[in-house]
Amino acid sequence: MTNLNRTAREEQIQRGLAKRYRAEKRFQLYGAMAIIFGLMCVALLFTDIISKGYKAFQQTYIQLEVTYDAEILGITDLSDQNQVSLGDFQGIVKVGLKNRFPEVTGRKAKRELYGLISNGAGYTLRDRLVANPALLNTTETLWLVADDDIDTYYKSVGSAEGAFTGRMSEQRQDWVDQLAQSGSVEMRLNRNFFTHGDSREPELAGIRGAAMGSLLTLIITISLSFPIGVAAAVYLEEFAPSNRWTDLIEVNINNLAAVPSIIFGLLGLAIFINFFHVPRSVPVVGGLVLTLMTLPTIIISSRAAIKAVPPSIREAAIGVGASPMQVVLHHVLPLAMPGMLTGAIIGMAQALGETAPLLMIGMVAFIVDVPGGFTDPSTVLPVQIFLWADSPERAFVEKTSAAIMVLLAFLILMNTLAVVLRKRLERRW
Amino acid sequence: MQITNLLIVLLGLSAIAFYLARGRSVTLAQPLGGIRHLHSLPFFYGMRAAIWCALPSLALLAVWLLFDEHIISTLLLGGLPEGQQPTSAAEHNLLLNSIENIASGALSAEASEPSLVAAAEVLKSLRGTAQNLVTATVLSLAVIGMGWGWVKVSPKLRARQQVERVFKGLLLTCACVAIITTLGILLSVLFESYRFFQAVPASEFLFGTEWSPQMAIRSDQVGSSGSFGAIPLFVGTLLISFIAMLVAVPAGLMSAIYLAEYAGPKVRGFAKPTLEILAGIPTVVYGFFAALTVAPFLRNVGEGVGLEVSSESALAAGLVMGVMIIPFISSLADDVINAVPQSMRDGSLGLGATRSETIKKVIFPAALPGIVGGVLLAVSRAIGETMIVVMAAGLAAKLTANPLDTVTTVTVQIVTLLVGDQEFDSPKTLAAFALGLMLFVVTLVLNFIALRVVKKYREQYD
Repeated sequence: MTNLNRTAREEQIQRGLAKRYRAEKRFQLYGAMAIIFGLMCVALLFTDIISKGYKAFQQTYIQLEVTYDAEILGITDLSDQNQVSLGDFQGIVKVGLKNRFPEVTGRKAKRELYGLISNGAGYTLRDRLVANPALLNTTETLWLVADDDIDTYYKSVGSAEGAFTGRMSEQRQDWVDQLAQSGSVEMRLNRNFFTHGDSREPELAGIRGAAMGSLLTLIITISLSFPIGVAAAVYLEEFAPSNRWTDLIEVNINNLAAVPSIIFGLLGLAIFINFFHVPRSVPVVGGLVLTLMTLPTIIISSRAAIKAVPPSIREAAIGVGASPMQVVLHHVLPLAMPGMLTGAIIGMAQALGETAPLLMIGMVAFIVDVPGGFTDPSTVLPVQIFLWADSPERAFVEKTSAAIMVLLAFLILMNTLAVVLRKRLERRW
Repeated sequence: MQITNLLIVLLGLSAIAFYLARGRSVTLAQPLGGIRHLHSLPFFYGMRAAIWCALPSLALLAVWLLFDEHIISTLLLGGLPEGQQPTSAAEHNLLLNSIENIASGALSAEASEPSLVAAAEVLKSLRGTAQNLVTATVLSLAVIGMGWGWVKVSPKLRARQQVERVFKGLLLTCACVAIITTLGILLSVLFESYRFFQAVPASEFLFGTEWSPQMAIRSDQVGSSGSFGAIPLFVGTLLISFIAMLVAVPAGLMSAIYLAEYAGPKVRGFAKPTLEILAGIPTVVYGFFAALTVAPFLRNVGEGVGLEVSSESALAAGLVMGVMIIPFISSLADDVINAVPQSMRDGSLGLGATRSETIKKVIFPAALPGIVGGVLLAVSRAIGETMIVVMAAGLAAKLTANPLDTVTTVTVQIVTLLVGDQEFDSPKTLAAFALGLMLFVVTLVLNFIALRVVKKYREQYD
């Protein structure tokens, strides 16, 4: 009787055990699936962006024979700045195209033909002529930047989805194919992308202006937020009496770290721009807003770095007669510096990727010129990405992805630097 | 002198003050038998003089910069003839602007009124005088401070204490920047929201169900009265945040559990930093991804199964936002799970529980407050997230709970209302600040509760 009971119970336990083990396996599987999901998202994001953007680093160029005809250009004297800037350089491109395809007649067809070459080609020719005045009235064979429609079409020929002919008439496709057959179309490194500011023409648009804007903004941010953040951290860790005021400061810092970034944009708009009348769209305002935004991050990481310095060092310094201030400046700060720098770099990476608050303070303007100073109107890389993502031209999709790749490269660089710095300089006590 | 030049000169002067006072302290100490007879190190005497040179003059400069525009414009408008005195605030600004433009040459002087041209001349001369005046005062104050610092050097002077007190004051000021920032945020949103609530009653804003922030140019225009009921925005925000949480909480929590309890050091060493990458990607990149990849994909899938999916669906924005929040939740959860004492795990395993039972019945309840805190922080992040929704969610304020439909959020509306040129007296722009106030208050409350919960829990096992 008892024997029977025991086997029945054992069986029950065995069955329960099997069930429990299955549950265990299932639970572990869920965990693995969550990890795999996360990793897949990373992989998907990167492949999506790289596959969309890698082509933007190349640009279609068309070879063309152009004559610097003084008559068409309307230039008699090359030293006259006015004449040179008014010169019809696009006109000699048109003549060049007309000579290449002499069979084209009719206004509409001609206009389509002229659209093969980018509007920016004229500037290239002007620069060449100014650099070498002897070229006037001579003929040259040059590679000129193709229009963005041509670029998109030429890049998509032979791809898996087939050629993208959205804005290309049959005739234009035919011309491009003819040019390609005679070896007059070539893919080259897209220099414009790295040397130009923004443009309405995708083939001329570049990230130089935005990158400079980001650099200027970050210089302001780091030169304000690092000293202020470190000073605040030193005060809170080393000098602050434990009273209500200190508590208030601490609660404030922790809360500010979690305030949505767009709120800092509202602050910048209301205080800096409306109250103090700082001009809009300039790196100074952007830098100020980002300073306030990154400050909590820097304070929190600096405090952690100061905390990690063992008290014995402080006591030893006090023992040989250092004042509290000397203890901090001569001993604690140098030892905590690697940790603080790491925090600062991470804060800067956060500031570099931030978009929303900068939209509020007008850094979304369409700015062609590369900013040269802290008070020049400018935009920053993430905002440029936002602006391009909104543009209807298909060619901007690849530009946007390429700009994202550049931005991510910078971010990865900064984070790697932070990790390396931490590994090499941080001391374990 | 330009402000930047003035600052450089001040820096130079304080450096000179430093060297002079330090030298004097050393010279004074010589007859006494070396610097050990001084109260403080020569460095502190020098610093003291430098501080006396720089601080008062910098303070004066700051005060001047705060008020100069106001003083100049008052003087300028006071000098205008009787008939041209501005009568309203708008006219005041207009007048100032045109004078400014004439002075800078943006408006040609010939085409403008002679009185304004004269005023522009006055403005130029006032600015010149002001600049000379401020340069002279600041520099003389600096020189006086330098002299004072130099004269007072004596072996008995407690220079170190004085310098350190000033230094500590500076540190405190830096620490207070956080409070000033919070105050600045509060004041700016409160002030503008107050002006908004004067035009639109708060009850309409909080409980109205129709959002179309239009302001009529003519009174007989179609749809002339804008409506500012923010309920659709709140619902949209909550819908997207809810979808994001549906993705982020299970994925984040399970990956934290797996990494903390199951994964070997190799998997952990690879998966953890890789997941952290997600946290470092700028939100504008997620926005681009949501708008150009996820949304079209969802639409195609929807078409395939016969569902109508909007191209700016809440689902796309919410999914991508959830992915963004995964590492946030997983790293917070990882921390709290690791903080659960090993003895509790060992006890449970020793009683014969499987690992998953230990996690579900012992570790999870112990870590629950911390996890709840982390989730609350994540919710506040989702609510305040801007770029993803600006790029991937719509503008139409629909009151719907259908995730396939297009909704708009509080942050999207703030951005659309404030980007571009705007005047600051229309309810349309002020509405953005009222929305900002709501956002700030809600996230503040969430953060406050979350931080409290996390902190309270951490104290238990430490």
